[in-house]
Amino acid sequence: MKQAEFLHTVMPFKDKLFRLAKRLLVSTEEAEDAMQEVLLKLWANKSKIGTYRSVEAFAVTATKNYCLDRLRSKQAGNLKLVHSNYTDENISLQREIEARDSVSLMQEIMESLPEQQKIILQLRDVEQYEFEEISEMLDMNPTAVRVALSRARKTVREELIKKHNYGVG
Amino acid sequence: MELARIEKLVEKYFEGTTTTAEEKELRAYFSQDEVAPHLVAYRPMFRYFSEARKEKSEKEFRIKPGKRRNYAWLSVAATVAIAVGIWFSSRPSAEEKEALLAYQETVEALYMIGENLNKGTDKIEYLNEFEETKNKILPVENR
Repeated sequence: MKQAEFLHTVMPFKDKLFRLAKRLLVSTEEAEDAMQEVLLKLWANKSKIGTYRSVEAFAVTATKNYCLDRLRSKQAGNLKLVHSNYTDENISLQREIEARDSVSLMQEIMESLPEQQKIILQLRDVEQYEFEEISEMLDMNPTAVRVALSRARKTVREELIKKHNYGVG
Repeated sequence: MELARIEKLVEKYFEGTTTTAEEKELRAYFSQDEVAPHLVAYRPMFRYFSEARKEKSEKEFRIKPGKRRNYAWLSVAATVAIAVGIWFSSRPSAEEKEALLAYQETVEALYMIGENLNKGTDKIEYLNEFEETKNKILPVENR
């Protein structure tokens, strides 16, 4: 596979990888690194590309795994502050103000979801993949994907209604 | 768009049973300015998903040629270098060879001297023989 051909193959979905990485890693820079790393790995193994059922699905899986690894090693490497012990009035007030912007409110809600629900919501509602594709990417059966998706959507709904009743929306 | 249909789709949406086409309909509905008051709370959700899909990486992806090298040949080169090094260090150097040659030549020279010395003592044997014979012929007192 030639370089141009490879780029032609990955270009249509490279931003999807970036967005998934950013959903998980939050930082734009780290998400770009993740995308770069996954694509370079794909290029290094270009001889195997023909054996994948879908290069795109394979790349999504690789991105997800890369990001989860990054998160695990970050957790292992850093001591995490436990925030549940205290509430900072200033910060929560500031959050409320920021949350008036519905985009950042949604961002915040998405961030609070468990990793798997985050991934599924990203793949379905943002990237609009079919259930079959998502179940292949995540190595889950389609029913499990559907259940997790429904749970994620309902959590988002609850949070939105909560905020909406406070006069945001 | 018929409100009853949207309500039904929203219901299905939260159960995870809408198709991608139906979800597209929902996003279209919520992108309008006019949204039924009891559904307006969901608007940020669908708008956000449409917005999020537009985000693109600023960084251009490029394959850096030669960034990933094949390091297999390097180990071969290292092995060869080490082997050559060991061979050279175990082989006697030019100085050592010269010293060895000088030593051998010295030994040979000493042997030659030794042999010649022995030749001398052989000749002395003849003198002894002569002395004895002379003593037999000439009486000792005549001397």
